[in-house]
Amino acid sequence: MDCYTANWNPLGDSAFYRKYELYSMDWDLKEELRDCLVAAAPYGGPIALLRNPWRKEKAASVRPVLDIYSASGMPLASLLWKSGPVVSLGWSAEEELLCVQEDGAVLVYGLHGDFRRHFSMGNEVLQNRVLDARVFHTEFGSGVAILTGAHRFTLSANVGDLKLRRMPEVPGLQSAPSCWTVLCQDRVAHILLAVGPDLYLLDHAACSAVTLPGLAPGVSSFLQMAVSFTYRHLALFTDTGYIWMGTASLKEKLCEFNCNIRAAPKQMVWCSRPRSKERAVVVAWERRLMVVGDASESIQFVLDEDSYLVPELDGVRIFSRSTHEFLHEVPAASEEIFKIASMAPGALLLEAQKEYEKESQKADEYLREIQELGQLTQAVQQCIEAAGHEHQPDMQKSLLRAASFGKCFLDRFPPDSFVHMCQDLRVLNAVRDYHIGIPLTYSQYKQLTIQVLLDRLVLRRLYPLAIQICEYLRLPEVQGVSRILAHWACYKVQQKDVSDEDVARAINQKLGDTPGVSYSDIAARAYGCGRTELAIKLLEYEPRSGEQVPLLLKMKRSKLALSKAIESGDTDLVFTVLLHLKNELNRGDFFMTLRNQPMALSLYRQFCKHQELETLKDLYNQDDNHQELGSFHIRASYAAEERIEGRVAALQTAADAFYKAKNEFAAKATEDQMRLLRLQRRLEDELGGQFLDLSLHDTVTTLILGGHNKRAEQLARDFRIPDKRLWWLKLTALADLEDWEELEKFSKSKKSPIGYLPFVEICIKQHNKYEAKKYASRVGPEQKVKALLLVGDVAQAADVAIEHRNEAELSLVLSHCTGATDGATADKIQRARAQAQKK
Amino acid sequence: MAFPHRLDAPELPDFSMLKRLARDQLIYLLEQLPGKKDLFIEADLMSPLDRIANVSILKQHEVDKLYKVENKPVLSSNEQLCFLVRPRIKNMRYIASLVNADKVAGRTRKYKVIFSPQKFYACEMVLEEEGIYGDVSCDEWAFSLLPLDVDLLSMELPEFFRDYFLEGDQRWINTVAQALHLLSTLYGPFPNCYGIGRCAKMAYELWRKLEEEEDGETKGRRPEIGHIFLLDRDVDFVTALCSQVVYEGLVDDTFRIKCGSVDFGPEVTSSDKSLKVLLNAEDKVFHEIRNEHFSNVFGFLSQKARNLQAQYDRRRGMDIKQMKNFVSQELKGLKQEHRLLSLHIGACESIMKKKTKQDFQELIKTEHALLEGFNIRESTSYIEEHIDRQVSPIESLRLMCLLSITENGEPKRLQMRMSYGPEHLLTFSNLRRAGLLTEQGPGDTLTAVESKVSKLVTDKAAGKITDAFSSLAKRSNFRAISKKLNLIPRVDGEYDLKVPRDMAYVFSGAYVPLSCRIIEQVLERRSWQGLDEVVRLLNCGDFAFTDMTKEDKASSESLRLILVVFLGGCTFSEISALRFLGREKGYRFIFLTTAVTNSARLMEAMSEVKA
Repeated sequence: MDCYTANWNPLGDSAFYRKYELYSMDWDLKEELRDCLVAAAPYGGPIALLRNPWRKEKAASVRPVLDIYSASGMPLASLLWKSGPVVSLGWSAEEELLCVQEDGAVLVYGLHGDFRRHFSMGNEVLQNRVLDARVFHTEFGSGVAILTGAHRFTLSANVGDLKLRRMPEVPGLQSAPSCWTVLCQDRVAHILLAVGPDLYLLDHAACSAVTLPGLAPGVSSFLQMAVSFTYRHLALFTDTGYIWMGTASLKEKLCEFNCNIRAAPKQMVWCSRPRSKERAVVVAWERRLMVVGDASESIQFVLDEDSYLVPELDGVRIFSRSTHEFLHEVPAASEEIFKIASMAPGALLLEAQKEYEKESQKADEYLREIQELGQLTQAVQQCIEAAGHEHQPDMQKSLLRAASFGKCFLDRFPPDSFVHMCQDLRVLNAVRDYHIGIPLTYSQYKQLTIQVLLDRLVLRRLYPLAIQICEYLRLPEVQGVSRILAHWACYKVQQKDVSDEDVARAINQKLGDTPGVSYSDIAARAYGCGRTELAIKLLEYEPRSGEQVPLLLKMKRSKLALSKAIESGDTDLVFTVLLHLKNELNRGDFFMTLRNQPMALSLYRQFCKHQELETLKDLYNQDDNHQELGSFHIRASYAAEERIEGRVAALQTAADAFYKAKNEFAAKATEDQMRLLRLQRRLEDELGGQFLDLSLHDTVTTLILGGHNKRAEQLARDFRIPDKRLWWLKLTALADLEDWEELEKFSKSKKSPIGYLPFVEICIKQHNKYEAKKYASRVGPEQKVKALLLVGDVAQAADVAIEHRNEAELSLVLSHCTGATDGATADKIQRARAQAQKK
Repeated sequence: MAFPHRLDAPELPDFSMLKRLARDQLIYLLEQLPGKKDLFIEADLMSPLDRIANVSILKQHEVDKLYKVENKPVLSSNEQLCFLVRPRIKNMRYIASLVNADKVAGRTRKYKVIFSPQKFYACEMVLEEEGIYGDVSCDEWAFSLLPLDVDLLSMELPEFFRDYFLEGDQRWINTVAQALHLLSTLYGPFPNCYGIGRCAKMAYELWRKLEEEEDGETKGRRPEIGHIFLLDRDVDFVTALCSQVVYEGLVDDTFRIKCGSVDFGPEVTSSDKSLKVLLNAEDKVFHEIRNEHFSNVFGFLSQKARNLQAQYDRRRGMDIKQMKNFVSQELKGLKQEHRLLSLHIGACESIMKKKTKQDFQELIKTEHALLEGFNIRESTSYIEEHIDRQVSPIESLRLMCLLSITENGEPKRLQMRMSYGPEHLLTFSNLRRAGLLTEQGPGDTLTAVESKVSKLVTDKAAGKITDAFSSLAKRSNFRAISKKLNLIPRVDGEYDLKVPRDMAYVFSGAYVPLSCRIIEQVLERRSWQGLDEVVRLLNCGDFAFTDMTKEDKASSESLRLILVVFLGGCTFSEISALRFLGREKGYRFIFLTTAVTNSARLMEAMSEVKA
């Protein structure tokens, strides 16, 4: 165990720092790091190097080269830099490389050197040039800040949603600041800059001079400043070799240190972890690395090679041409366990387990000791936690073994923490592998979350590993495997050397019907790569027609889109396609398309009925649908046209159409209607009153009610109103008028085609029993009983019924016999019935 | 009387949840527009809304004034206007005119349009065309199922019938599928599905697709309802065309039940006021007579009146304590019952008066003759007289359609007699298109149709062929179907309407409703097996389906619950008939309909009227 703490360096009394190797770099760099522009992404991200960036004056043959490596030095991409001179490189939170050019343009590249997009940091930069630039990370995403040749700052807090903010001018600023940095406080980005002995804070409104509390005197210039990973702390290095460390709010000094080196450091970064005991800053010079904190002594390392520092959430990564190391404060749990002569429960448990493996009874002693103090739970927890912070799988294993051993002596120790730690470490060890090259620590991993880690694996096209992790962690398919497969498919469609059929088949074989996979998204990607045929093939696998349609429309396969939309049964979707088609095709073609799709046609007709009547007419015309055309004009004759001439004309068109449709009946009826309209007009002129729009029947009735009997009859003859109907009509009208005289005359005009019962009924309805009786006698024999009953002559009705010997009539009369008055009649009927039965 | 349910009849699921869901969603939508607002409600939505949220609930959520959507200038001075409408183009134009008027007047207000049950792209497009798409915010109130009664859910979409069966517009089918999806998420999956009709099949397939997309939600749930049966209205027009004679149907035919309640006019209430009465299972008196043949109702009511009197009479000879008990506990119930009783007696009287006036007996006799297929000449001349007398165009149309369907076409002269005006030409054309009316032309025999089709086959236009086939499909084979399914019961002696033997009692024992018979037969067989001929005669060869899941999770209780979905509306007679069938077989039926309909509504939906 002694040798285990050999690389532990104490800083002050409370904390230890250790540095261990992550990888030995295998990247065969020809240049020194100092000859390159370097950018390394946090969270074990990739490293970008731009070689020869400053030899712009030379011939094009020695153009700069942009190389991208994984953290383990595996080459990911290499490309010749053909754009303008680059001032600074930086990685965004999405692991996109932002290259800030001297002219203010920012080119965005993917992890594999694929150009994504570009944007500009403003027009004024064009003349003034960019002097310096920083890429920084906030909770919203990644931002870029630039310093221009005019000594002005411009920043964008989120390059995903580009909003440029030009910072106010620093009064009297003549030269570039000696150092500057971006501070993020309360979700706003500020810039802190040092000019000589003065410090200025720029926010979007103003520039204010600030001072550092407790700053040692004698400072004439600041050489370096560093903000911690979480933007909580700030450190400044002065020309007196003095380091001030305090809060980023500039309100409080934490500590100070005098290193007596006046040379400007190459890099200075914070090295702390969430909840760390000590806050320390790592300062790097050409050949020296120093860790300073709240202690009189510092930790010093010698740098054999040109090195580069990458601040992380819980430490600092240091890479050079040959190695990649991690420097961090030893976490509390590890310290407790591994500190020399530690009696912490975890340390004892680890010891106990080791003895147990040696089959020594000491194991029992140690265990007892822990149990006597009642600290076994704590011991197990300590071991589990410490395992998380170990880089070497062997050490992880022995700690976990100790935890597992301790667990056996505990009742009901919740297994989750142990299980999860085992899982997490497996995942971490897998991604830390040399070939993968993501040296995440446990704290970083927890901060990053598994989803983001999976995204990063996908970004590196490490699909199999990502899928295995998903399966191992049993993530829900939609979040896990399906999503990764979909990404894989999107990548697959970009492989231009494989034929459409093969790609489609390969994708379908892998994806099958995996839930949550959207074939339309993949197809969209394929279309984006210009592979329309492939996109259509892929869409065939998409089970939801609703998803197929928009892309088909985009690909100008409107007719296919229409049939898919119809298949989906979603009328809104059909409608969307229809409108698209309407704009895309000429009218004739559009109508032809509709004609072959009855469902779409009815939908469009419905719409036209309400919104575009003229189009509706054209539709019918196109189809030679004369019947519907006729109907259309009929409707127009009363809905659209006001003037009588217009209405007649519309009816005439309708009649013509009906003839064409071979619907003689409708044509005749329409012509009748035209005649009627004209006639009604004439009647209105001659007689006054309201005739237009009455039906034929009502016209005649109105005439009779107005006393124009002659005219009424003429009309009836002209329009060949059937006799029966005319009689009903006249009967009703005259009764309404209570013109009993005329009614009687009418009844005698000839034999009634409808019989005389209606006369009786209508008189009764008008409560005229007297008149009713007149007609009752004339009613034919089969209805006589009914008529007599209607006028209330029960006795005579009985006689007739008896005479008819009709059982039904007899019961009918009987049911009308009420109480005493008709008693005799009732008896008579009963007698007649009895007689009939005898016979 | 008032058939009690069998003891082993399964419990109905609690559908009041649907109301709560709809209410909560509406409140949420209203709260999306914080502050005072005026609410414009489409007339068709007023009654359904009333069943979900009353005015005081609306007021609680800062609805200031209520307006009806109608073509009148708006006097609202509120800064926020909210429109609750059906997705119709005419409503969009109304809203557009309002917003544009405000714009002209230089006024800015907030506008929110809530579409119920869903919005359509066409509506949004009209808003865009009118240039106000950016000024209004759109939302959907997915209120598609209104529980009108414990066993009756209505979508309150009467336009479904015309839109689909006449115009061929399929947009509501998706709404139906959504509604079914909602039911299956709330009440578990349906293990057994049956259906007949083109629309039924489409709705079913869409619904299945929805379920697949949201896999997992209903998985593992125990089904509460064992069977679902989807049926298109055009499978059986005949039943819907008949005059109704069970009490509830008759009340609907006479007074028009609207959204589960009816307005009884002064002639019923025997006062000078009209009264709005909710008709459902909670009305004890109504509950007992709703499914009865009308001839029994009066007797039942008078018996009930006597019982009531007897209960009132009990108070004689009570001591003080008993009297106190009586007043505090029973009197209120008795009074309530008394009130309802007098209402229904009033309604009966009113019905009798109206029906005898129009020679109801004659009418029913004619209908029965048409159904049974005898005395066709007499029936035809009755209809002719009906037309001649110009009593009611809707009634005449109805009889013509009934004649046409039962007799496979009607003599054209009847149409000629109608001549109510040019718009009737359009009505006839509509009826023909929907398959309600076919002409009995001399040359229009089957061979003629066949030659017409063969001629069209050579025509390349695919659409025309489908048109031709659908018009061919609309040939009614009622007579043959009736024989196959034994729809006309054999009469031996008097049919005792007090003790019904079969479902025919809803039509005085003369006719078993076709739709109900189909359902009965399929449920008995648990499939369409053996009904091939009937399906063929119904012209639904491709549209009859069965789908059963193998899972055996359904309890025997749930397997006796059957959801019947009527696409295009159902009548109260059909509901009564199936309730009767349920009692006979120990099932319980639940009804889901796009709207409750009857013959008059059917005809009105097909009519063209001058606007």
